[in-house]
Amino acid sequence: MTSRETARSRSGPEDASHAPGYEVAGGYELHVNGTTRTVEEAWLGESLLYVLRERLGLSGAKNACEQGECGSCSVLLDDVVVCACCVLAVDAIGSHIETIEGLTRREAAADVQAALLSAGGVQCGFCTPGFVVAVYDLLRRRPDAGELEVREALSGNLCRCTGYGRILEAVRMVQEERSRVAL
Amino acid sequence: MGEVEPGADVRVALPRTVNGAVDAMTATPDAQYLAGGTDFCVEVNFGLRRPPAVVCLRRVAELRRAEVTPTEVVIGAGTTYADMGTGSLADALPALAAAARTVGSPQIRNAGTIGGNVATASPAGDTLPLLTALDARVRVLGPGAEREMGIDELVTGVKRTALEPQELVISIRVPRLDGPQQFLKVGTRNAMVIAIASAAVVLDLEARRVRAAFGSVGPVPVRPRQAEDELSDAIDWGRLSASEAAIERFGELAAQACSPITDHRSTAAYRRRAVEVVAARGLRRCLRDVA
Repeated sequence: MTSRETARSRSGPEDASHAPGYEVAGGYELHVNGTTRTVEEAWLGESLLYVLRERLGLSGAKNACEQGECGSCSVLLDDVVVCACCVLAVDAIGSHIETIEGLTRREAAADVQAALLSAGGVQCGFCTPGFVVAVYDLLRRRPDAGELEVREALSGNLCRCTGYGRILEAVRMVQEERSRVAL
Repeated sequence: MGEVEPGADVRVALPRTVNGAVDAMTATPDAQYLAGGTDFCVEVNFGLRRPPAVVCLRRVAELRRAEVTPTEVVIGAGTTYADMGTGSLADALPALAAAARTVGSPQIRNAGTIGGNVATASPAGDTLPLLTALDARVRVLGPGAEREMGIDELVTGVKRTALEPQELVISIRVPRLDGPQQFLKVGTRNAMVIAIASAAVVLDLEARRVRAAFGSVGPVPVRPRQAEDELSDAIDWGRLSASEAAIERFGELAAQACSPITDHRSTAAYRRRAVEVVAARGLRRCLRDVA
């Protein structure tokens, strides 16, 4: 978060409020995990990840690379998985944002979380929230995804501890359990 | 509609129409368009980009439209890589779908757009080789005026374009040709990789022409004209085959057409050799596809 402070410095009295296409507001609202949250006194260049973590107290999405490389900040934006570090927070106005906290609260990925634990897919745990979001997204769209499809779906989530084998095993366990329950 | 904190150092517009976007841009000369954010936001995160105003394009529904006709594919600038990789777009332009599928990760493909790829004009832009090989046309809207130009006219250098500051890429028109098309990309892994070299190879069966373009091996996508000319003459279009010597010659001429550099991703020599290989391989795959 380098130069965050300098970036927030004000640029004088100029007011673009009457420019076409622009609206003035003291803050803005985001719809996060089914709730409307107000973001105040924020620099408008902040990423969604920064706002979630530092302004809204939602620290489940992790901040690692800030360049869309690691997937540890994966969230659902209008039901599509994206890296929150690559979304300008104000560009998420009017969209539905769901974070790992939201998935956890409605127990939407409880079996994914449990399988990651029992398969040994969690070591330091830093990447885990991102993986849970990505696995949740994959399995609701493609419950029967084969191994190659699973690997491709998780290719944007980096884990430096497990070597991925146990994470892939966890996905397979969830698939087996869900198909068993569905029978 | 969007936002501004009075006096804050970034102003943000959230227009819903292309005209609204251009109006907002025109009202603030140093404003910048924001599409998928996968380049833009990274630069902001790292303090490399400090736009005084941002015009967000995500709400402009007409940029998300795509249309497949018998003769061409019109791809709205806001079409994501994920959109390009499936459905009627992928059926009509399989090499563009293949290129889109090599971009970043699912998270990146859900956000990044073809308009962003074109307007960013990175030498490694993965959609650019196919668009260049097919002589795609780019429709842009500026204050009060719309115009269209070839992709080769638009991309003028490393991350440089012929776009005026307020002009917005609206759509990309790609001709549909009868024949196979291939995209190949060389990198250090299958995901999350920026191309060391990439290739699009297309056979136009009706015109009896080979088309190709290469990425990451020059400041702009490289069109190997001599290689195209020689191979178009060398192919037996009746039997859809070419001699091994002609295919290898195609690779050599393709490599000669490139002007790669050495950087942190690769060396110039490796890139040149990579082009030689992927040009010939792409051609073999095209011939295999029609065989």
